[in-house]
Amino acid sequence: MLGFAVLNPTYETVSDSMLETLDILLTASFWAATLRIATPLIFGTLGELICERAGVLNLGIEGIMVAGALIGWLSVYMGADLVTGVALAFLTGVAFGLLHGALTVPLALSQHVSGIGITLLATSLSYYAYRIILPDVPSPPRIEPFQPIVWPILSEIPLIGPSLFAGQTAMTWLALALVALTAWVLYRTPVGLAVRACGENPAAAEAQGIDVTAVRMGAVAVGSGLMAVGGAFLTMSAFNAFFFEMINGRGWICIALVVFASWRPGKALLGALLFGAFDALQVRLQQTIGGDLPYQLFLMLPFVLSILALIVMSRRAAYPKALMVPYRKGER
Amino acid sequence: MTARPPVLCLAGIGKSFGDLVANDAIDLSLGRGEILALLGENGAGKTTLMNILFGHYVADEGSIEVAGPDGRLAPLPPGSPQAALAAGIGMVHQHFTLADNLSVLDNIVLGTERWWQPFRRMGRARQLLAGLIERAGLAVDLDVPAGSLSVGERQRVEILKALYREARILILDEPTAVLTPQETDGLFAVLRRLAADGLAIVFISHKLAEVMAISERVMVLRAGRVVEDVATAATDRAALAEAMVGRPIPAMSREPLKPGDPALVLDGVDVAGTDHRGTMHGVDLTVKAREMVGIAGVAGNGQGALAALLSGLAPPAAGRVTLFGGPFRPDAVTLIDAGVGRIPEDRHRDGVVGDMTLWENAVLEDYRRHPFRRAGLLDRAAARAHTARLMAEHDVRGGGLGTPARLLSGGNMQKLILGRVLDREPGLILAHQPTRGLDIGAATAVQARLLEARGRGAAIVLISEDLDELLQLTDRIAVFYRGRLTPLLPTEGLSARALGLMMAGHAADEALAETAERRTDAA
Repeated sequence: MLGFAVLNPTYETVSDSMLETLDILLTASFWAATLRIATPLIFGTLGELICERAGVLNLGIEGIMVAGALIGWLSVYMGADLVTGVALAFLTGVAFGLLHGALTVPLALSQHVSGIGITLLATSLSYYAYRIILPDVPSPPRIEPFQPIVWPILSEIPLIGPSLFAGQTAMTWLALALVALTAWVLYRTPVGLAVRACGENPAAAEAQGIDVTAVRMGAVAVGSGLMAVGGAFLTMSAFNAFFFEMINGRGWICIALVVFASWRPGKALLGALLFGAFDALQVRLQQTIGGDLPYQLFLMLPFVLSILALIVMSRRAAYPKALMVPYRKGER
Repeated sequence: MTARPPVLCLAGIGKSFGDLVANDAIDLSLGRGEILALLGENGAGKTTLMNILFGHYVADEGSIEVAGPDGRLAPLPPGSPQAALAAGIGMVHQHFTLADNLSVLDNIVLGTERWWQPFRRMGRARQLLAGLIERAGLAVDLDVPAGSLSVGERQRVEILKALYREARILILDEPTAVLTPQETDGLFAVLRRLAADGLAIVFISHKLAEVMAISERVMVLRAGRVVEDVATAATDRAALAEAMVGRPIPAMSREPLKPGDPALVLDGVDVAGTDHRGTMHGVDLTVKAREMVGIAGVAGNGQGALAALLSGLAPPAAGRVTLFGGPFRPDAVTLIDAGVGRIPEDRHRDGVVGDMTLWENAVLEDYRRHPFRRAGLLDRAAARAHTARLMAEHDVRGGGLGTPARLLSGGNMQKLILGRVLDREPGLILAHQPTRGLDIGAATAVQARLLEARGRGAAIVLISEDLDELLQLTDRIAVFYRGRLTPLLPTEGLSARALGLMMAGHAADEALAETAERRTDAA
């Protein structure tokens, strides 16, 4: 940001632009936007994290988010209520997850290749379905989305009140709750232990009587369901409509965030919020100190900072030892 | 042994993989509190039999009966590890099955809790384990990641895993392959205590000394059949070896030779380490022609660094190395040309290129030279003829000239590597764990070849974790401990016990005194 300000002739001093940035950080709308931007990333990152903790990389995430976005929105557009829409989006994700799981777990195909295939398949199927179902609409039809929940009393708190307790929909709250739930299940329950064991050393899990195939399939199915809900957030809570290219790389960001988070749900939340904050900040910086600078520089900001954060954080990341290693029973 | 109530009964077990008969009409019975040794060479069918018992494979024929807690025999459902675990069968695999990043406690309770319970009740597990640790003498910290444990500790965790599930039958697959002699003694003490408590134990091994030491009964498998089933007290090592191999094993004889000029001199040499090979500091070592020098030590204490140095894969960071009285250049090609032969530790990774053919692998170190190079091209006919001769001379079986090297068994692969190295009559040979994982037949062939090379005038550095091998083959032995090498001691007067103490960091004189005392005590 300093660099941008110095380059920019319309701004005389560095401290001015720093003050601008500080002003932005003190507005409730900035923090509300941060959470909004972070929500689909939280869903996606948790979903990917669950898959990877069981030892399966899921590069289908980008396409599964597209499919979730379409199905969630379409259900509501066809007359279902919002909760049903989210549930159907989840099931769509589960279906693609089971496909990815079937290819990579019992059939032990390359997780990279299968994942990219799933992304291409889910994306094109979604676009195709959209075109078939709505052949001649001039602009994407809108639905009545989730409304922000206004909490009594809490919403009166300065800064936090309007941004968190009055500005967020049920889906954001669901995402936050899922972070805690995922952490709980992974670290405090036998199921979580089984999932982690399958990602660390499937032979060890098998020797202890755990069905590695079932655990991995289950984790990929549930994880993919969450990814799809992340996609659905965009059509059901953010943009209220489905359009092409709307996922726009968010799935890939989630893959990076999982590494950033060292495969831990709490850090995944932190990473998603950080990215959301950078993104919210760059939009506001464009408006305030943008001036003559090409706007692409600002668009770049969250990605550049994320890469830097990733480099710092992932140097000592302890990845699941059996990640991307197909498990074949009886083979050593 | 017959008075014991039976806990396990295998009858007429048969299993084939294609044309290969891995198990043929095998009967096995095991009594409560009995320690049975299952002896056999690689491929004799031991592992297949245990995999059938543990449900990894389904037998083609035969039946398995296991006693329940009430002592009544009941058939075991085939093909289900879960059923085997539930029936009280615990297995300690040769390659440990621990998840490194999970805590020891998590590794042990994994799979024992009810699937959907929302909380984990660790208090009860800890209490139970504390009792087991106390009773069996299996001290281990429950709260560290399994990856931070030593090999001996990992094995204790594996045994605890089985005991925690209330195993009544414990199967140990080659449990001592990775242990020092002291750790082996510790393991045996634990096993005897557990057997006295009523645990039935199957001890799979091909090490005769250990089988004689621990078991009450020995069953020998050869080519999938039971060829011997005898009380340990009623047999001896030679008889078991013959039963296992199917022919008498010639005793290895090392004739005393007068050493020649120093072929290799290390003077205060340091080699910087990597994770897996460890470092070495200030190492002095002299190896003469017509001499075999043994290097002992627990893996990772510096042998890897020495091997890397002599293979030309790591330069010396300090000190002086003299090779055949001249300078030493740490470069693989230069060393090969100077007459250094290298038998790498991991023959699959460093010894051959698995996907390349046998003849390609056989000329891997010589393809640059006459007669394999003609006018800048590879003379395939010469290379193939050379390989055919090597394979005949060194008895390499299991493939033709065009077979990919990875399809060879370990023993045949090692014989091919040995042939490649020895055919050039090197003046210095580095043999790093040359017989690890080989069965007796192949191992004795390799050992005989090394002795032959010594007789021809080669200086040999034999790095081995098999102390019997070192004591049998070498003229002098030094021990690595934490990167430092003890002075060379004459092999005569050393014992496995003394070497074991030195491997654990005791000074040489101390170790020798200690073991000498024991010897007088015994007498």
